[in-house]
Amino acid sequence: MGRVNNMQFSHQQNSAHQQPRDTTLPVWRRRVLLLGLLIGFMVLVGQSIYLQSTKKEFLQKQGGDRYIRTLSLQADRGKITDRNGVILAGSSPVGSVWANPSVVKMDAKQKVALAKLLKIKTATLNKKLSNKKREFVYIKRRIAPSLANEVKALKIKGVHLEREYKRFYPAGNMVSHVVGFTGVDGDGQEGVELIRNAELTGKVGQRRVIKDRAGHIVEELEVVSEPRDGKELALSIDRRIQYLVFRELSKSVAKYKAKAASAVVLDAKTGEVLAMVNLPTYNPNNPVNSRGKTRNRALTDVFEPGSTMKPVTAAAAMEFGGYAPTTKVKTAPGYMMVGSATIHDTHDYAELTVSEVVKKSSNVGSAKIALSLDKKKLWNVFNALGFGEKTHIEFPGEVSGKVRDYKTWRPIEQATMSYGHGISVTLLQLARAYTVFTNDGELKPVSLTRLDKAPVGEQVFSAEVANNVKDMLELVVQAGGTGTNAQVAGYRVGGKTGTAHKLGSNGYEKDKYVGSFVGLAPASNPRLIMAVMIDEPTTGQYYGGTVAAPVFSAVMSEVLRLLAVPQDAPNTNVVKPAEPIADVQEVV
Amino acid sequence: MMRSNITLYVILIIIALGVVTAQHKARKLYSESERLQAVAAEYETEYEQLQIEQSTWATHSRVEEMATKQLKMEVPNPNQIQVIVLDGAGQ
Repeated sequence: MGRVNNMQFSHQQNSAHQQPRDTTLPVWRRRVLLLGLLIGFMVLVGQSIYLQSTKKEFLQKQGGDRYIRTLSLQADRGKITDRNGVILAGSSPVGSVWANPSVVKMDAKQKVALAKLLKIKTATLNKKLSNKKREFVYIKRRIAPSLANEVKALKIKGVHLEREYKRFYPAGNMVSHVVGFTGVDGDGQEGVELIRNAELTGKVGQRRVIKDRAGHIVEELEVVSEPRDGKELALSIDRRIQYLVFRELSKSVAKYKAKAASAVVLDAKTGEVLAMVNLPTYNPNNPVNSRGKTRNRALTDVFEPGSTMKPVTAAAAMEFGGYAPTTKVKTAPGYMMVGSATIHDTHDYAELTVSEVVKKSSNVGSAKIALSLDKKKLWNVFNALGFGEKTHIEFPGEVSGKVRDYKTWRPIEQATMSYGHGISVTLLQLARAYTVFTNDGELKPVSLTRLDKAPVGEQVFSAEVANNVKDMLELVVQAGGTGTNAQVAGYRVGGKTGTAHKLGSNGYEKDKYVGSFVGLAPASNPRLIMAVMIDEPTTGQYYGGTVAAPVFSAVMSEVLRLLAVPQDAPNTNVVKPAEPIADVQEVV
Repeated sequence: MMRSNITLYVILIIIALGVVTAQHKARKLYSESERLQAVAAEYETEYEQLQIEQSTWATHSRVEEMATKQLKMEVPNPNQIQVIVLDGAGQ
């Protein structure tokens, strides 16, 4: 071992001795050079450590800024459709013209051309561009795409186009109260657009990309946040039914010169709102001068329902008052005194059964029945039917109506409430209350969105009571009843008329009325419930049976055919007397 | 020794060129996919636009007006309608 080492050592020494002639330069020069290089390296290493440790982020950002771009990913606002997928509200791109006043350069000719295209005054244009310090000003927002192209063709320096989305409502004023509209920045302002804004609004996403010199994206680095499109919303509205209701209600308003009107159609089994129409209406595509017309009266306005409450009183009487449809009630001599007030009937019917009280719309009969019932139980029925409480439909501006606490009821109030006075309801509440008569006594919750299956409601009356009242409602539209104008050829229908004085600031107004009708069809197996309310008809006719019932009849005859509901009566079933029987209520 | 160095050097250059080509192709394909996505988004917008347009043309009031005025159609009254009742299915 030691020998080998020694040998190697000696060999090295030998080779070193063999090349002394090459080392002619002094040793220090080599050392200086080495030292110089070493220092140079040290400086480089030092600098790189310095940059890495203290300026890393700044430098990476600076580098990135030169080729990395953050782009936003478009998210669309969700569509609103009817129950069959027909669009009621959709977004479509439009151009918005904006300018950078600090760089705008255009000659007089271009200015005139631009103003003319955008239909604005040159003075307005000058004013908008006057502040040269600003860098952004909208000249005109939301113009048609074709017009945007023409503006682009003018090639004015400093004038640009931006893509924006505008909401379009193809059904126009027909369903505007339900759908509502959006403001200039795309947020919901009214109706479903407002209440479901969070769901409908999409979330804009962001991503970081590398762009080349020409502006092409060459690589995607990361998606910072995924864009999320707004949810598509299917309403329970059926546009075909909505149109028919709109058409017929408009006719009635024109014919009787009414101030306003509302109508609601419900699916009798599921409580879905198939149509909800209010007049006057407005155009959601251009909601200017729509003040006072945007209210969804069927939900935001209350009225005294009048006789359309009588079926509820009758049901309550049969449920816990020991009454049967054939129980006789004495109504002679056609009026009665309750305290200092008098309740009138239009005729002296002498004696009526409970069924006939509903059919003839007798106030005296109804009042007598109500006065024989327990206050608290009657109040419980009103409550269970959802009066005095919002419907959970979730709609901006919905009101609850008013049912006074039974502890404060005086006899006259208990009496008048039985025929719908001294109680205020919304039209939707009234329509919903009638679902008990089409679901064996079960009250269905109402919905503005399409449902897949019928929701479970609350049992208010027994099936027997509910079906008895349904039979009474059928009597109302037959000869001798107050609702003969509601008859539909080929179908059995039922319903109840109502006429009430309007409540003004000084009690009931003498010559202002609300005529209403609530009906169901077909009576053998109800599919639809419709409530109609005509506010202040001014042609002298105001009975619910005259102004509201024909709307029901006209709408139902078309809708039942449209929905292919099998007929349950011969085509010749319509029998109308010459004059419908009056049912106006006189109070106090 | 020298020969294997040269061989490795050549391989290195080939691979380097391969990387460049692949990167170039990737970018090209990426920009193509970008373009197509933009086109798809455009079609989607157009689809919604057309749906709105269709919905506008199919407004019931318009259809009804054309049916009654241009085509002179009318709703039959009840005594013009014959209802056929199927008695017993499958007979």
